[in-house]
Amino acid sequence: MATTASTPEPAAPHGLAGPYHSVPARDNALHLGVWVFLGSETLLFAALFALYAGYRAGYGADFHTAAHHNEMWIGSLNTLVLIVSSFFVAWAVHLVRTGRPRPAVWSLAATILLGLTFLGLKTLEYTHHFAEGIKPGAAYANEALPGPGPRMFFTLYYAMTGLHALHVIAGLIVIACMLIGVRRLRINAARPTLLEIGGLYWHLVDIVWIFLWPLLYLT
Amino acid sequence: MNELLRQLLYLPPQASTVARGVDHFHMVVIITSVLGAVGVAAAVALFLIRYGRRREEGRGGMRAAGGRVAHVPFGLEIGVIGGLLALFVTFGVIGFRQFVHLRTPPPGAMEIYVVGKQWMWSYAYPDGSATNHDLYVPVGKPIKLLMTSRDVIHSFWVPAFRQKQDVVPGRMTTLWFEVAEPGTYEVLCAEYCGTQHSTMRGRVIALDAEAYARWSEGRAAPEQDLAAQGERRAAEVGCLRCHTVDGAPHIGPTFAGMFGSQVRLATGQRVVADAAYVTESMMDPEVKIHAGFLPVMPSYRGILQAGDTAAIVAYLRKLGEVTASQPVSPPAQGLPGVHAPAEEIP
Amino acid sequence: MIPDHPAAAPAEPVVHEIDFWRDGRTVGSWLLTKDHKRIGIMFLAGVTLALLVGGVFALILRLELLTPDRTFIGPNAFNQLFTHHGVVMIFLFMIPAIPAGFGNFFVPIMIGARDVAFPRLNLASFYVYVAGAILLLATLLIGGLDTGWTFYTPYSTTSYSTVALAVVGVFVVGVSSILTGLNFIVTIHTLRAEGVTWHRMPLFVWAIYATSIIQVLATPVLGMSVLLVGADRVLHWGLFEPALGGDPVLFQHLFWFYSHPAVYIMILPAMGVVSEVVSSFSHNPPISYRAIAYSSLGIAFIGFLTWGHHMFVSGMSVFDAGAFGILSMFVAIFSAVKVFTWTATLYRGRIAVTTPLLYFFGFTFLFVFGGMSGVALATASLDIPWHDTYFVVAHFHFIMVGGTLTGFLAALHYWFPKVTGRMYSERWGLVSSMLVTLGFFFTFMPQFLLGNAGMPRRYWSYPAHYQWMNVLSTAGASVLALGLLITFGYLTAAVLRGRRAGPNPWGSRSYEWRVPSPPPTHNFETLPRWRKGPYDYHYGNGGAGNGDDRQHA
Repeated sequence: MATTASTPEPAAPHGLAGPYHSVPARDNALHLGVWVFLGSETLLFAALFALYAGYRAGYGADFHTAAHHNEMWIGSLNTLVLIVSSFFVAWAVHLVRTGRPRPAVWSLAATILLGLTFLGLKTLEYTHHFAEGIKPGAAYANEALPGPGPRMFFTLYYAMTGLHALHVIAGLIVIACMLIGVRRLRINAARPTLLEIGGLYWHLVDIVWIFLWPLLYLT
Repeated sequence: MNELLRQLLYLPPQASTVARGVDHFHMVVIITSVLGAVGVAAAVALFLIRYGRRREEGRGGMRAAGGRVAHVPFGLEIGVIGGLLALFVTFGVIGFRQFVHLRTPPPGAMEIYVVGKQWMWSYAYPDGSATNHDLYVPVGKPIKLLMTSRDVIHSFWVPAFRQKQDVVPGRMTTLWFEVAEPGTYEVLCAEYCGTQHSTMRGRVIALDAEAYARWSEGRAAPEQDLAAQGERRAAEVGCLRCHTVDGAPHIGPTFAGMFGSQVRLATGQRVVADAAYVTESMMDPEVKIHAGFLPVMPSYRGILQAGDTAAIVAYLRKLGEVTASQPVSPPAQGLPGVHAPAEEIP
Repeated sequence: MIPDHPAAAPAEPVVHEIDFWRDGRTVGSWLLTKDHKRIGIMFLAGVTLALLVGGVFALILRLELLTPDRTFIGPNAFNQLFTHHGVVMIFLFMIPAIPAGFGNFFVPIMIGARDVAFPRLNLASFYVYVAGAILLLATLLIGGLDTGWTFYTPYSTTSYSTVALAVVGVFVVGVSSILTGLNFIVTIHTLRAEGVTWHRMPLFVWAIYATSIIQVLATPVLGMSVLLVGADRVLHWGLFEPALGGDPVLFQHLFWFYSHPAVYIMILPAMGVVSEVVSSFSHNPPISYRAIAYSSLGIAFIGFLTWGHHMFVSGMSVFDAGAFGILSMFVAIFSAVKVFTWTATLYRGRIAVTTPLLYFFGFTFLFVFGGMSGVALATASLDIPWHDTYFVVAHFHFIMVGGTLTGFLAALHYWFPKVTGRMYSERWGLVSSMLVTLGFFFTFMPQFLLGNAGMPRRYWSYPAHYQWMNVLSTAGASVLALGLLITFGYLTAAVLRGRRAGPNPWGSRSYEWRVPSPPPTHNFETLPRWRKGPYDYHYGNGGAGNGDDRQHA
């Protein structure tokens, strides 16, 4: 029997594509999916945390000295920046849920601004480091803190903050898409899910930093 | 019986003192495994035959309903699983204890240095001599190998001794054995290390007391004992430019009284200045910095051969007995041309 | 989490759907499909190709090993071949074959869903797999990889071969694995039809669920480890280089943290297939449904805690060795639970001896013996002589080929009528399963003895006294290859000309046999409400035969 177009899917409400027959069901699945994804991201960072722990056990005080060398004010300011940005995301979710898209857009814009601020501060910090010869691996050339211990600390520092920064960039792209979605009212009080799950991703990015900060700045 | 099973299982000759014990455990575990696997397969085969559907019932059909429901007593299930768990844990405990035995060199073992590098083995003996490829040992004495690698990870494996240990760059690993029978035993590299991994071979030549004595004398006798050789070499390569031998403070820690003492590192850690520590200091001096001293020592990798290292270690060991004329301390401020570190790490 | 009651769904057009093969016949309808069944078929095609490529590499290796010195290739080519054999077989066949192939096809049907939770993500995971495969193939063609699939540092950071491209390929394939796992976890949690509770799912679904958890949590660590090797190599980061203060053994810890759970990714789905095959062909419910279901979770959990048993000889402390050894014993017991349950399920069954069941028989011996050889290795002291010898090679091939490949072949035959709507030839099935099982046995049993005798693995040339065992192993490999070729031959013929099969040629109670063969695109016209469980072999109307243990007549 000849076929033309493929068999249409059994009709579903709201033109919902895919196997879910109701929006709540699909939204529930999206939430679960994001949590599973966040689980895998956590393990990705865990590998670096494990390396850090292993080397810290070996290099002890060297890591302490090297961490002291990091500019605590930048690290702490960045922590504040990310925490506030997470607040703005959560606030945006609340605004969307209560049917106020315009302030929500501003709230998301604030998040993006703060995220960019974070990246800017990190760039500043990296520039300072480079000027002092603090570069990862074999390129490390700082005379005040010589030796394999500080070198390893800073290599791990670049690896961990670098991976984190990549996630910040990805998160900013996600937030930007959410912003557009809210602005076009495709994300709205009846269907806030995409913003909620995008927000969860941003919160993970924030939480990872909250673990990085003490290990790299406060220790 | 032991010999029969050993041959059946293609195990090498039991040339070391631990081999027999390892093999016995091996045989028990393998026989249990074979019996278990055959037993399960036999049970399955039995059931397949005994409970096969007759041809006319066919393969399918909803009416080919199941047989009478089998009720496996819960007790049987627990018994089998509990029994197996007990068996596995017992194996684990026996194996663990044997592992500790295989990994713990007896005190007073003769130490020989082994260096693995792509793609050969070289050895340095306590009396200062060195050989490549063939390791000469006396029968009936425990031998402890102190091993490191010059490049990538290798593994020193002597099938006849049932002993194997990875050889890792940047650290020292140990392996011990006591050879029971004189003979020549193959050494194989057991960690993939590149192109010629499979030709990185060696031999352990175990000699009885008389033959060993003849071998020791027969070698080009070094003019000096190992420690004296070490003293000469240390002077040649410049160690004494930074390290004194009488306790006087200088650019590097004094050798007097150092070997075997507790050293405080820049990281705050305390380590014992043993053979591994001083060897590492010669090859990778930046890894452990003695507190209060600048990390300016160059690496002697490539400059000192295995034999040299062993000799210098022997020299340092001898100097370890010298009482330093003063406590070992960093040079005072103001020593010309030397800048003390900004602050000692708490 | 149960989807809306089917009665609440709007009235659907009364269309008798055509089967999924014929629903759209353009290349585009396949390449852009969102149908989990088509995606499963595409994965099956990909993994079969990988099996073929990896198998060819293995045959070349075995031919080279016929003589103690050079037979026809040199050591660099040999080293690259065993590396690529491992990389292709593990990452492109063993990890995805059953989950992304059969799991994709059957999990939605088995839980009464129309598709997986995220169909477009599913398609994406296929393309990511293809991209990773292309990168790995490119590595082969541009300089090759010779580090072993294990990438141990510092050799991997200093080797002449094309490591950086390879690690990117491995990372990409890992992403595919994570996406597959994520999709299944959400699917199983949220798309079970009404009445398909956790204890009324086919056990295959439990197996895929446990596998998916491992995929999601372990694979990122592998991804990170290999990327760091790349960074060490290209950017000279020295994370694992002693000269820069790094510790090469730390790489091993990170690597095996993934790669040990990975072996459970490889075996759990095969065990899921076995559970289905045993019940379907004995017409008995599993003697303890919960034992099988929960032991899968147990393996997944404890499997994360045992990685150090790959490193007993790396210089680790005796304390670590003891801990990892004991934990390894615990993970073994979960497999024992399954073997006991499957065997007991056959007792007093009404057994049809078909090709899948013959593969199960082979699986029993090969998996139990292979598993016991693992217990033996885990005793630590016995690992000292066996580590990095052919004993270990034999152990993991017994489990992976004797276990997973056998499970894969059983699945191919068991589900053949459902997927294709046709029957294969049992006679050819009997012949080829015997060839495969015997060929396998003679390939790898001599390798246990080779390991006992001391022959290290990854050896291009070897001491002459190991030769006869190598020759025997190569002979076995030829028979194994022949068996596999014949299998793919008659299965292909059956696709084209096999006798038509009905919806349930095996008389199985499992849910996938309640839809047509082949299934229609959307699996069900109306979402099902199954009253009988998937192992309901003894009861007329409703009642137990599924998740309830201690059944009574």
